[in-house]
Amino acid sequence: MAERPRSLDRPTDQPSGGRGLLGRRRVLGYLIAAPTLAVGVSWLVNDTDPRAADAAVPSLPQPEDIFDLGDLQNLAAAPTSGLITVELKTDGTAFFAVPRAEVGQGITTAFAMMVAEELDLPMDKVEIGLADARPELLMNQLTGGSNSMRSMYLPVRTAAAIARQRLVDTAAAHWGVAAGKVTARAGVLTGPGGLTATYGSLAEAAASIKTIAVSAELKSPSEFSVLGRPRNRVDGHDIVTGRKQFAMDLQVPGAKPTMVARPPTINGTLKSINNLAALRAMPGISDVVGITHGVAIRGDTFGQCIDAIQKVDATWGPGTVDDESDATVLAKLRAAQLPMVVPPVLSQTIDAEFVFAFASNSPLEPDCAIADVRPDSAEIWSSLKVPIVAQEDIAKQLGLPIDAVKVHVIQGGGSFGRHLFHDVAAEAAEISQKMGKAVKLSWSRTDNFRQGRTHPMSTSRVRVNYLAGNVLSYEQRHTSVQTDFGHGLGEMITAFAADLPVGGNLSFAETIFELSQSSPYNFGVTTQLLNEVPLKFNTGSMRNIYSPNVVCAEELMVDRLAAKMGQDPVRFRRSFLKDKRLLAVLNKAAEVGNWGKAMPKGTAQGVGVHSEYRAAVATLVEIDCRPATVNRPVDGEGVTGPRVTKAVIVVDPGFCINPRGLEAQMIGGLQDAIALALTSSLHIKDGIPLEGSWDNYFYTREWNTPLDVEVVIMPNTSESPSGAGELAVAPAFAAVACAYARATGTMPTYFPINHGTLGFEPLPLQPSTPQSPTDGLDHTF
Amino acid sequence: MPTHTFKLNGKKISVEAEDNVRLLWVLRDLLGVTGPKYGCALEVCKSCTSHINGKAFNPCSVQVKDIEPTDEVTTIEGLPATVGKDLHPMQEAWLTYDVAQCGYCQPGQIMAAVAKVKQARKEGRDITDADLDELRNICRCGTYSRIREAVKAGAEDMGA
Repeated sequence: MAERPRSLDRPTDQPSGGRGLLGRRRVLGYLIAAPTLAVGVSWLVNDTDPRAADAAVPSLPQPEDIFDLGDLQNLAAAPTSGLITVELKTDGTAFFAVPRAEVGQGITTAFAMMVAEELDLPMDKVEIGLADARPELLMNQLTGGSNSMRSMYLPVRTAAAIARQRLVDTAAAHWGVAAGKVTARAGVLTGPGGLTATYGSLAEAAASIKTIAVSAELKSPSEFSVLGRPRNRVDGHDIVTGRKQFAMDLQVPGAKPTMVARPPTINGTLKSINNLAALRAMPGISDVVGITHGVAIRGDTFGQCIDAIQKVDATWGPGTVDDESDATVLAKLRAAQLPMVVPPVLSQTIDAEFVFAFASNSPLEPDCAIADVRPDSAEIWSSLKVPIVAQEDIAKQLGLPIDAVKVHVIQGGGSFGRHLFHDVAAEAAEISQKMGKAVKLSWSRTDNFRQGRTHPMSTSRVRVNYLAGNVLSYEQRHTSVQTDFGHGLGEMITAFAADLPVGGNLSFAETIFELSQSSPYNFGVTTQLLNEVPLKFNTGSMRNIYSPNVVCAEELMVDRLAAKMGQDPVRFRRSFLKDKRLLAVLNKAAEVGNWGKAMPKGTAQGVGVHSEYRAAVATLVEIDCRPATVNRPVDGEGVTGPRVTKAVIVVDPGFCINPRGLEAQMIGGLQDAIALALTSSLHIKDGIPLEGSWDNYFYTREWNTPLDVEVVIMPNTSESPSGAGELAVAPAFAAVACAYARATGTMPTYFPINHGTLGFEPLPLQPSTPQSPTDGLDHTF
Repeated sequence: MPTHTFKLNGKKISVEAEDNVRLLWVLRDLLGVTGPKYGCALEVCKSCTSHINGKAFNPCSVQVKDIEPTDEVTTIEGLPATVGKDLHPMQEAWLTYDVAQCGYCQPGQIMAAVAKVKQARKEGRDITDADLDELRNICRCGTYSRIREAVKAGAEDMGA
């Protein structure tokens, strides 16, 4: 999902909000009536003020400059005021059930740091869980738009600060001393004359018998000892020992392995099963039922489900895009491109069109959900970024009241946009209801690529008019197969339409585009518009919605403009960038990456800049496009091609919560960008992607990754954190594309650059999941 | 149903399963050993990578009937015991470099890394970038840079 603020926080030394003498901010919350100390905080502590645009820029601010997608999410969060709570247990641990999904982005670690900081508790005494679906939170329980840190930084700290204050007051009362004589450190309270008490020993005494409003002061950043310092992941030990549990690892009584045999085209339907009895008689198979989009098979092992899929004889109905292939979709996009409006008069013009292929947002963990549907209730376990929408939809589908459906959010093995949707949970519920038994449904790898969500194909047309060293106009027309926003963001937009600075009757997608896209350059008359083609692919965002493609096209044009004007790409950007923070990261990247150094023929540097989520990033890469590198062999199926050999990523995150985690997100975003630019895409043919495994869908592998990656985190420029999860993809994609253009002398216009060559032998379309090999012992090392 | 006997993480075990069931499902669905992950069952993504007699392999692509009673299968759960510690040096390196993001591929990555280092050692040399380029394990979070750092550090701590 995307948001792309170009109006960045200015460096602040005078933070907003009421402050005490120490520069501390006073915040409000509630002591909640509970057996042990519990503090609730409303989302109202969010800073929801839209920020002013940078002043004095020749280009008028675009809507996204003054109000971005994150602001929309914050606005939506404000009035619903479901409380989030931090609880202290008698063993001295604090527990916080975060209404978000952890899918690898590291939010559990960041939240643990916030609680540890404000509560003065060691990190290992902070326990973070994922909250079940909480309908009262309405739109607040949505993990997306890189918004979790931005929306929850103040509320979570507030709850912890109030808990700490309450513990201090409780100890002071017990000891009959002034609260000012009690200090809290590392989970222990200390008073005059050697008095000490652990937090745990006061957890009950500090509990409130009724819910009351209280206030406390947050620490000022100068007092931080946890926030802003590098911390490793809180689940690292569980991960390296294999103990971390994903949905498929859960043992729910009766929930046996289940898979689905599927039709040969996207969204095809089942007409009949022609060998039902034979399937049910197969070894290990307990149940076989027809469902909307396939034949569901439940058995003792997933392997036996795969065996049964090989034998399914079914008659399939058509899918929703059976007549579509790459070429037909591209033709429809081109027919829908909105016109440019600035005529090329008395100036020089550059026109270009860029095409971005379909891409898969599938994480490594195949879509998986456990469902136990009973006649009057249901229980679901899955990695869900919008569990409340899942709960509502599944209740409707099953014919149950919403509160009869319990939805548990399980940690995900990646998401990248996939888990905004609950397709697998809804299907598991359908199967469980039809079988009358609990099921553990896993989509197969091939299902994930062929029937799962895709980031849709799009084109970006750009026209630039320039004259005598000035850019007079920049027009970008982005045209995309419709992106599905049916996961909650659409509801948010409807509810708050009157408050948004985008007028007229824009669609959800147009609204999101306007809230997330704007040019960082002083290019005169600037318009960036979206049009969508409503084809019935299963689409969704993929580690951002529009920005990687929009920014890649824009930055390639910037390089071209620079060349036409006889300027170096970095110097040109310095001349035209509006924002000081972007300029600062660009200059740092140029310095650290030694921009402009002599490079051998066939290799080159490239640079890309981007601001989004109130952060600024510059990426500088070096690419090797020499034949010896491009044609280097790799065993088995896989692609080599040009190699990005070095990358420097400079990020200004506003306030950096966890440098270790931020660096990880930058590295991950870089690898995604390399894949988008060079290797990974879906080829649509006759209504289905040809890709069926990771040896077809060429996500970055070890042999594609740069050996030299450096992440530089700039000093804090704000007291507010920015979003990080999707941040690095767009500028790195642009940098790789620009480097490729400079190394080869040809500006790439179709991404990824290898899309025109099918680098694998497609797996058969039927059976929909191929049989597993048996030769594993021949490949040991 | 046939009974299959082999050594799993240092213990002799017997399990009833049809002959053709791939070992991954025997481990995960029948024995509840969930460290090896299902990522494709096509011997491609490598997220189930474990060891057989000390060598890396993918249990998704081995029928249980092909496992001999004398075979020693080690999953991520049994890796520390192979060095008699709470954590194998490679796991320690993974923690030091904070490699994991979602964590789904990491048990397989660690098992592959240990085998790759041992393979280089048998050839009388240290692990190189060219060796690391041969690792096929997918990390969809893109932690490759830290994986490479951790493998090199873990290799040093593994000793000769």
